[in-house]
Amino acid sequence: MNWQAFWLTVRLAAIVSTLLVAIGIPIAYWLTYSRWRWKFLIEATVALPIVLPPTVLGFYVLVALGSRSPLGRWWESLTGHTLAFTFEGLVIGSLLYSLPFAVQPFAASFGSVDRTLLHASASLGHSPLQTFRRIVLPLSKAGLVTGFALSFAHTLGEFGVVLMVGGNIPGVTRTISIDIYDQVQTANYSSANQTALALLVISFVVLSVVYGLNRRPWAVGPWQ
Amino acid sequence: MAVKILIPARPDPLSSTQPISSELEVRIRKRFPNVEGSFILNIHLRALAGFTILFGASGAGKTTLLDCIAGLTDPDEGRIAVGGEELYDSEKRVGIAVWKRRIGYVHQDLALFPHLTAEENVAYGLRALRDSERKARSREILDAFRIVHVRDRRPAQISGGERQRVALARALVTEPRALLLDEPLAALDQPTKSSLVGDLRNWNQHHRVPILLVTHNREEVFALGDEVVILEAGRIVAQGQPHEVMRAPQLETAAHLSGFENIFDASVLALHEDRGTMRCKLTTRHLRSGTVELETPLVRAEVGSQLRVGIRAGDLLLATESPRGLSARNILPGIIRRLEPRDVIVSAIVDCGGTEFEVHLTLAARDALQLDPGKSVWVVVKTHSCHLMKT
Repeated sequence: MNWQAFWLTVRLAAIVSTLLVAIGIPIAYWLTYSRWRWKFLIEATVALPIVLPPTVLGFYVLVALGSRSPLGRWWESLTGHTLAFTFEGLVIGSLLYSLPFAVQPFAASFGSVDRTLLHASASLGHSPLQTFRRIVLPLSKAGLVTGFALSFAHTLGEFGVVLMVGGNIPGVTRTISIDIYDQVQTANYSSANQTALALLVISFVVLSVVYGLNRRPWAVGPWQ
Repeated sequence: MAVKILIPARPDPLSSTQPISSELEVRIRKRFPNVEGSFILNIHLRALAGFTILFGASGAGKTTLLDCIAGLTDPDEGRIAVGGEELYDSEKRVGIAVWKRRIGYVHQDLALFPHLTAEENVAYGLRALRDSERKARSREILDAFRIVHVRDRRPAQISGGERQRVALARALVTEPRALLLDEPLAALDQPTKSSLVGDLRNWNQHHRVPILLVTHNREEVFALGDEVVILEAGRIVAQGQPHEVMRAPQLETAAHLSGFENIFDASVLALHEDRGTMRCKLTTRHLRSGTVELETPLVRAEVGSQLRVGIRAGDLLLATESPRGLSARNILPGIIRRLEPRDVIVSAIVDCGGTEFEVHLTLAARDALQLDPGKSVWVVVKTHSCHLMKT
């Protein structure tokens, strides 16, 4: 088992899912409450990574990060190297790749908060943002946990985007799934088997925790 | 509209920021959808400090009107002002946001925050205050509404009546300039209802704000006894004291009455609008001599008009001595003609001056009262056990 690849993957997944909570909450807020008539276009865009082949997404991210794009040039002038084939580039690609897995549970749980509670909060003198912080967020705990865990698990197992954006640099961009692919390519089946099993178990545990927590609407832990 | 006498507010530290009295003015038009398609809400209403009851069938526009006042929805045009300050004015393009209006709104579903305790719910609207003051104020109102004992419990862990009190206290503690109550009493039993209304009246003695209370329950209107505004299909059709305006018929359909054991033809002798009742003379087909008069609920009818009265046999009481000190308005002397056992009950046929009533009793009651044919009894009929239908 390649521990270097393992910890790199866990680090990537942790960073990505944490960032996605910060990025996903405002997006989900807007998707839930906006009355803009073209909102569905944004919804479709956010959902795109679910259906798009990872290679397609990875290809566009690679182009966008490369030294020919404005973003790539700006980053290069800032740091002296391109984003492509770096860990940072991998984070950006993974953020896009796992975005719907955070935003959709967030938006679903925001939307399921009873509107009359929001009305009550407003008539008690709270602005929409205060209402969001004191009513919607606490009542959406389950959705927030779900979104975090799903994007974590989804990032753990990504392959196509990583390969396109990050390549296969040990300690920098070689994640578990790439490592498994490598081992299979070199006919190292027993090692591939170990790593694959580890990934399977971790993913299963993460999802079990999510579904276990969602079983009771108020519980955030078995101690409650 | 009846003029209300304004009692000056007592010097009360809680109400120091409150104007002595505020008046709610509403003049709005709004097209809104209901089950029968869309229709226009067209309301012109002035509510002084004190209760104003909005009465109407569901779909009459009561809740839409409250939503407009609270700012949850905007009218198509018009003006809404409280205490002289505009909340909405389509001409001047004024539209104060809900959360800046300071209008208390108790929703039909109460909308208590499920993740907060009763005390946190009540303190929710006191965000701007310092911690100590917020605590003091919420404790004070929890006390006034007799819910101190549930302060650490969440809404799911307290009774319906307590939830209602928490919702009211939560709205009142913010000292709103007007209070909107959308059927806040609907789910309560009668004693809880009256004590809650009593507490609400006490509160408003000091605060003197307009309170709009929505109901579709006639008895509630009479019980509250304040100015009532009757809404029908988005319009105000009547306004005044309950006994002046509450003549809407509560006549039953033939199908409904068909299950009644006692059905009589009757003619209206007199209307007592102040009491919400009327006097009817039974003119049954079996009538030989004598007449029976009943006090019944008031319906839309003229003196002399013909009605049909239905009374369930199970709603009647029998007494073997002339009862005294009873709240029931109709006590009729009679003689038992027959007793017919039916499964677990006994059906007694009582002749009251030529009119026969069927009364259902338990076997135990028959034995305790030692009822036998020929025995003299008194039939007791509550006013509201009389159901009326057009002939």
